[in-house]
Amino acid sequence: MSGIESATRRLGRLFAAASLALLQATAHAELTIEITGAGANRIPVAIADFGGDAASSRVVTSVIRGDLERSGLIRIVDTGSLVMTEASPVAYPEWRGRGADALVAGSIGASDDGRQEARFRLYDVNKQNVLAGSAFVTSKAMLRAAGHRIADVIYEKLTGEPGIFSTRVAYVVRSGPARYELHISDADGQNAQIALISKEPIISPSWSPDGSRLAYVSFENKKPVVYVHSLASGKRAVVANFKGSNSAPAWAPDGRKLAVVLSKEGGSQIFLVNADGSGAQRLTSDGAINTEPSFSPDGQYVYFTSDRGGSPQIYRIAVGGGEVQRVSFEGSYNVTPRISPDGNTMAFISRRDGSFRLAVMDLASRQVQILSDSHKDESPTFSPNGRMILIATEMGGRGVLSAVSTDGRIKQRLSITAGDVREPAWGPFGR
Amino acid sequence: MKQFVIPAAAALLIAACSSTPSGSDQAGGAPVETRGGPGVATVTGGGVDSRGLPAALTDPKSILSKRSVYFDYDSYEVKAEYKDLVTAHAKFLTDNRQFKMLIQGNTDERGSREYNLALGQKRADAIKKMLALLGAREDQLESVSLGEEKPKNEGHNEAAWAENRRGDMLYSGEF
Repeated sequence: MSGIESATRRLGRLFAAASLALLQATAHAELTIEITGAGANRIPVAIADFGGDAASSRVVTSVIRGDLERSGLIRIVDTGSLVMTEASPVAYPEWRGRGADALVAGSIGASDDGRQEARFRLYDVNKQNVLAGSAFVTSKAMLRAAGHRIADVIYEKLTGEPGIFSTRVAYVVRSGPARYELHISDADGQNAQIALISKEPIISPSWSPDGSRLAYVSFENKKPVVYVHSLASGKRAVVANFKGSNSAPAWAPDGRKLAVVLSKEGGSQIFLVNADGSGAQRLTSDGAINTEPSFSPDGQYVYFTSDRGGSPQIYRIAVGGGEVQRVSFEGSYNVTPRISPDGNTMAFISRRDGSFRLAVMDLASRQVQILSDSHKDESPTFSPNGRMILIATEMGGRGVLSAVSTDGRIKQRLSITAGDVREPAWGPFGR
Repeated sequence: MKQFVIPAAAALLIAACSSTPSGSDQAGGAPVETRGGPGVATVTGGGVDSRGLPAALTDPKSILSKRSVYFDYDSYEVKAEYKDLVTAHAKFLTDNRQFKMLIQGNTDERGSREYNLALGQKRADAIKKMLALLGAREDQLESVSLGEEKPKNEGHNEAAWAENRRGDMLYSGEF
């Protein structure tokens, strides 16, 4: 870990002048990730220090090791201070002797256009062959991003599922009584940037399927109003500001419509609106509470929370309207449904013995499993590969984020020293 | 147990540059916007309410100076003890058609934020419905919810929660 720090400090000094100009756009508080549980059979992988510029190599290899270790599915085999490039000969028996199933070697060099190129190879130690190899052109400042890309390739080759190390996460930080910040960070909690600062609360961020926009609810006009915010330009558009409350935005998978909750016609009703806020169509008709809409990945159903049966429970309705089906039955408080990317699992929050806990339901068998033992879980959000669920919870009176694998084995805690962290939303895969 | 901590300088450095691997990806920056700019403090001079409200609404001896209706846990039923209060405000709105009211519903911190927003809306709607039945006009009333987001009491116990399960009746100038 001191390796990461010293390398980045060195780079930090190099670029100190350049960074001052962007002070405002960057979050000061850092999100730290703590691993509190890991998978049972982790794949042992050796990642040698890359060749080429030593400082750059240290950044890239540290990112790769950190990402893979944090996944909970991979165990990093110690390589000492050994430097290995993608061209170095591989002594397979020796690596097998050290207990590695796979080996990664690579280098950082100059690319043809004067930028940097991170090259690597992934070897299968047992089969004694090359599993993958690739090169990513990058600027010095984006070496961490190159590391995430390499970690994604390695993870996918070894586990068979796409890696999420290059994805981003949105969350809200309350850093004072009247200071709310909407942050966007890399999936490892680093590189946090502030998209919005407000004196009033910000809740329910929701990523557009292409990752370019966030919908959210802001109270900056003393009542809940739904906005869509383009991250690259900072341009914001009001999507729903009707009489009464406007809340709970959720993008349809095609990115053309949003489900929102409006009280303009009395009660809280789910409406479908176009992404520019036009063409509001009411979806629910029951006079009870209807909120927290969330689309199934195929776009055919909207799952939502309603108290129409006397207590808050999860229901679903076809996007074209029609009959409402109840989905949750166990317990007297089941809220915030979120469907996994493969459509098979529903994450939600269930009150059990007075505590609010993360639960998952297998939608085919209706089998429910409680995944946490905390008291104040909220706002579940799936990683785009479906492996992890990120939630907001509370530790020692402070809001923190916690990630748990859908099988409950892998657990991580993400916290920030300077405030309450809440309302996480995991972004989609990059293009 | 492992901790990964990157100094702020590194995060700054990364944010400072926008080139991305393979040069084709859009993972660029998220520009900052600031909303809710600085307010202007209003000084209150002798006897005149800064918001221009008549004394009847602000005099502590008047029932109209009371604005809050409190609710039971997970309930949006206006309890009998608040009937006189809501009736007095309905009469004021009936007698003073130029006045508009914003009813803000609030909840305690337990449970989902969005569900609480809907619950606060139900509370505000219940007060609004009662005011309308007693003579206030629809165009004088707006009911909104602040959910659990703006607790009056930031404590984490029953006393704090009871204070936060509340609907507030606010006149123009008070919100």
